[in-house]
Amino acid sequence: METFVQLVVNGFGKGAVFALLALGFVVIFKATEVVNFAHGSLVLFGGYLVVATRETLGWAGAAVLGVVSAGVLALLVERLLLSRSRLADPFSLALLTIGVDVIITEEIVRRLGVSLPFIGDAWDAQPVQVGGVTLFRTHLVAMVVATVLITAFFIAFRYSNWGVAMRAQAENKEAAALVGIRSSRVTATAWLVAGLLAGVAVLFIATQDFSGAGLSRGTHSIALAAFPAAILGGLDSTAGAIVGGLTVGLVDALSTHYVSFAFAKSAVFLVMLVVLVVRPSGLFGTRESTRV
Amino acid sequence: MLTVRNLHVRYGRSVAALHGIDLDVPDDGVLAVLGSNGAGKSTLLRTISGTLRLHRGTVSGGEVRYGERRIDRLDPAAIVGLGVVGVPEGRQIFARMSVDENLRAGGIGARSAEDRARARERVHELFPVLAERARQRAGLLSGGEQQMLAIGRALMAGPKLLLLDEPSLGLAPKIVERIAGIIREIHQQGTAVVLVEQNAVMALQVADQAVVLETGTVALAGSAAELSASEEVQRLYLGGHAESDTAAEEEAALARRQRVGARGLSRWTG
Ligand SMILES: Nc1ncnc2c1ncn2[C@@H]1O[C@H](COP(=O)(O)OP(=O)(O)O)[C@@H](O)[C@H]1O
Ligand SMILES: [Mg+2]
Repeated sequence: METFVQLVVNGFGKGAVFALLALGFVVIFKATEVVNFAHGSLVLFGGYLVVATRETLGWAGAAVLGVVSAGVLALLVERLLLSRSRLADPFSLALLTIGVDVIITEEIVRRLGVSLPFIGDAWDAQPVQVGGVTLFRTHLVAMVVATVLITAFFIAFRYSNWGVAMRAQAENKEAAALVGIRSSRVTATAWLVAGLLAGVAVLFIATQDFSGAGLSRGTHSIALAAFPAAILGGLDSTAGAIVGGLTVGLVDALSTHYVSFAFAKSAVFLVMLVVLVVRPSGLFGTRESTRV
Repeated sequence: MLTVRNLHVRYGRSVAALHGIDLDVPDDGVLAVLGSNGAGKSTLLRTISGTLRLHRGTVSGGEVRYGERRIDRLDPAAIVGLGVVGVPEGRQIFARMSVDENLRAGGIGARSAEDRARARERVHELFPVLAERARQRAGLLSGGEQQMLAIGRALMAGPKLLLLDEPSLGLAPKIVERIAGIIREIHQQGTAVVLVEQNAVMALQVADQAVVLETGTVALAGSAAELSASEEVQRLYLGGHAESDTAAEEEAALARRQRVGARGLSRWTG
């Protein structure tokens, strides 16, 4: 029973982080129909800035800088690369993001060299006792932070002008343009939000609690689990991103424990395939992701 | 005043959709644009509202001005900012959003919060049903209600010139009557209108001036009364023959003479 509670908390903790990544991914897809394969490199970039500035700014300052930098990088990728090729179709834009991903990732991995720094100073490796059960603090904090951010996102998405514009554009680009919604602004903010969320996520991923591995190429591959999370939730569904993220987290935690660490990765994709066979547009999606 | 001069538009490299269109819409006018499928009516409206690019179309010649400003190179949001707002063919409401959110999206392009509040009041007065169904998903509205929502959404931006692309499409005759009445009312409230229609009967009732497009050119131009009486319009769009009183015949002859041969002759200056 005790281990089961631990496993579930682990699963939700990881799931909360995947939900943040998947949400960013879905927001970009909704605004632009582009599948952003550079998401993992945004994660690495945020983490790298924490490593690079931690000594001068202190951890908290570096963490804030890292989050902001990931957001700004996402914005720059959109403004400088994607928006310039506005007429290109989403498929070639997705290919463009693969290029971006490789360049940023390789450069950061090169700079990190042999060091694999952990960057969750404020919560990493500080277990908490709850009623006789030992839990990772990283997972608990991740759940709280993700809950706050996701709630804030949904309030803005539902009630703010930004949210209305975003949903209008996602549904019908031409009609949105006809009523004066600035598609470039909607697109830019979508990328900014996704980058910020990626910057937050890395503070939990590159920890001993989450992965036992510091910032490295491994962080990038963990972040890739956001793809199956977003796809199984439904690429164009924000609620699906949350459910998908939590599902991936739980599957990962349970299969690591009951089967093996090596199996966990394929288990996530197996679940995704099963969902896609039953519901081609994902659990909550409206568009078939096979189209992408 | 909207002025279109010698407008040429193409899609991609091969499809030339408009070849030298000329027309004017004064600030208090209602211009009907008639023509059969594929004549270039929607292309004309897309060009005016700046959404041509979304269809991979380009202006290959001529110009569009609104007042003094040249608008054929502006983006759609800037054109809405100048007071030119379009309602697309097939309504294109945001089906998954509520009726109220559709109106809210329409108001994003409005200049100020007061403008927005005033616009919403106007929309609710014109279309009480949109107030009653405020929280309902827009996709669940009937066809007529969806058309009303599409028009209401455009009115939220406070247009001085409203572009309507086949608002009667797929609607029952009774509803078409109502839409016609509403367009008249919108016009009386001081908004100029470009009304694209295949339903010539309805359009000519509402409009004061009219043009007929044929394969990308203005084939006929004149007052709505002249065109209603013209044999050509009668035969092609009204399904009948002009009454044989002399006044109508004269008007018909006039419209015939304006038929494009030398393109400049048909320019109608309202
Ligand atoms: N997106 C497009 N790409 C290529 N050709 C188009 C496109 N839209 C319209 N056309 C062509 O341009 C011409 C005018 O079309 P359109 O403006 O839609 O006419 P209408 O609204 O009068 O039915 C037609 O020959 C049509 O096939
Ligand atoms: Mg059309």
